[in-house]
Amino acid sequence: MDTTELRAQIEDLIDAYVDCLDSDRLEEWPDFFTERCIYKVIPYENATLGMPIPLMYGDSRGMLRDRIVAHRNANFFAPHLYRHLVSHIRIVGRENGAISTRANYAVFRTMLDPSDYGRSELFSVGVYQDVIVFEDGKPRFKEKIVVVDTSQVPTLLVTPL
Amino acid sequence: MSGLTQSQSAQSNGHPTVDPTRVPYRVFTDPELYAREQEVLFRGPTWNYLCLEAELRNPGDFRANFVGETPVFITRDAKGELHALVNRCAHRGAMVCREVRGNRKTMVCPYHQWSYDLNGALRGVPFRRGINGRGGYAADFKLSEHSLTPLKVATYRGLVFGTFSDSVAPLPEYLGPGMCEHLDTIFNRPVTVLGFSRQLIKGNWKVYAENTKDPYHGSLLHMFHATFGSYRSSQDGGMVVEGFNSKMIALRAEEAQEVSVYTKESVQSFSKTLKLADPSLLASRPEFDRFTTTIQFIFPTLVIQQISNTLATRQIVPRGVDRFELLVTYFGYEDDDPELRNMRIKQSNLIGPAGLIALEDGYAVELVQRAVSYDSHATSYIELGGRGIENQDSLVTETAIRGFWKGYGELMGLRWGASADGHNGTARAN
Repeated sequence: MDTTELRAQIEDLIDAYVDCLDSDRLEEWPDFFTERCIYKVIPYENATLGMPIPLMYGDSRGMLRDRIVAHRNANFFAPHLYRHLVSHIRIVGRENGAISTRANYAVFRTMLDPSDYGRSELFSVGVYQDVIVFEDGKPRFKEKIVVVDTSQVPTLLVTPL
Repeated sequence: MSGLTQSQSAQSNGHPTVDPTRVPYRVFTDPELYAREQEVLFRGPTWNYLCLEAELRNPGDFRANFVGETPVFITRDAKGELHALVNRCAHRGAMVCREVRGNRKTMVCPYHQWSYDLNGALRGVPFRRGINGRGGYAADFKLSEHSLTPLKVATYRGLVFGTFSDSVAPLPEYLGPGMCEHLDTIFNRPVTVLGFSRQLIKGNWKVYAENTKDPYHGSLLHMFHATFGSYRSSQDGGMVVEGFNSKMIALRAEEAQEVSVYTKESVQSFSKTLKLADPSLLASRPEFDRFTTTIQFIFPTLVIQQISNTLATRQIVPRGVDRFELLVTYFGYEDDDPELRNMRIKQSNLIGPAGLIALEDGYAVELVQRAVSYDSHATSYIELGGRGIENQDSLVTETAIRGFWKGYGELMGLRWGASADGHNGTARAN
């Protein structure tokens, strides 16, 4: 695959990923990952200190599914929408079919609860550090490390970034 | 039951001056009261958590933090001694320590480069004698008279505390024997910091203090375990109350027993059909005898949490009357084997700002703050487990919350409630 085509595939993957989260199709979210995977949201503070504690962590598609089942059935939180802006996507490595990429992201959160209905704020900004592999010609995240510059989380984080 | 006022002699007539079962919501919304807390409480006779010693291992290590809203920083000097200093230059008030943490030999205020030793002593000031005999300080200027304002520092089991007070009880006495015993258990060997999390929550800091002393909400607001039928801790346990400090202990229980509690009481959202696709999330190793969860509260703003294999200190940092930052410091033991260390990391999914059994707390605090801000004369109702303040062998109790309010009210010199003056709760100033 030449770089142009690869870039197009990666951009399509990220577009679809963002679209899934922003349109609240969370049940589809785990399918963007390989069966064994790493999804990790880690504060910039810990990442720079070399400390391991994440905000969210999953090392299997099942664990990501569990988070969505909890989101839908167990967790209480103010209803909200996300709107992701992703930019500056770049390929930083290619090894044995695994493509390492970086992309900047920003997530605006719009509240849907009675007190703040329609109020938007910058909720989270940071970097996606992804490892993408192709399974049966379909790109998936083998690894998605979300390094969150916004180490100070506004109230709570329940919907994946 | 609505009044709340200051009292010159909080303990006058030997009668209780606050009713800990009816707390006026004004305590969460009044900016004047908040300003008074800074002076009377945070700069008064309390020991305030500053950091873990494990964060300041080497000479020169420092860490910025806050006591109430007062910026401070904590250092380990060349001799290995710990110091806590108000982060404000003795010259014209600029913040001297401008990084969250790091290692330095001296602290230099950037404004006019006044330079301080790590114990707060002023080392030197530029142009002290002026230039060419003009300007500068007078001959009687003494470096020794312009140190940074120190706090008194004490440590217990690797926890660093500071106080502005000369009259506060020594730290172990302030903590209380039951609290010390628990700290002896949790901090039984050297710890290592595994990371931090921060949350900005739009509520008064005391709404969160109540939350951490409230075992009642644990399995009702946080429905993760009930939803997946994965209960590890139980409704079986108890509260130990020592003044305004407390600890909650949940004991291990059989899963079947747990489930029956939920089905019998028909608590919302218990489900037999949902199962974890990947239960490795909950893989754990017993570390502390019979209990699986303990939440310890040290007045005014420290929470020590042990939930399964997750260990953390949580510091409540007030940021104005209607918001606070929750700063969580996660730790493990230096001698953790890789498997246990990984359990701690994986289980951190459960706690913190995105915690599957914790994220609701921020939401609950904000729900309270919004609902109380328009009617500060109304009061809460805190009679679960009776009206007393004592140890209880139950988690269906608000005994520790009552202990908090009694201690808070007395320390702040406040009076409220029917018992304050016999006028149906409309308390008056003396």
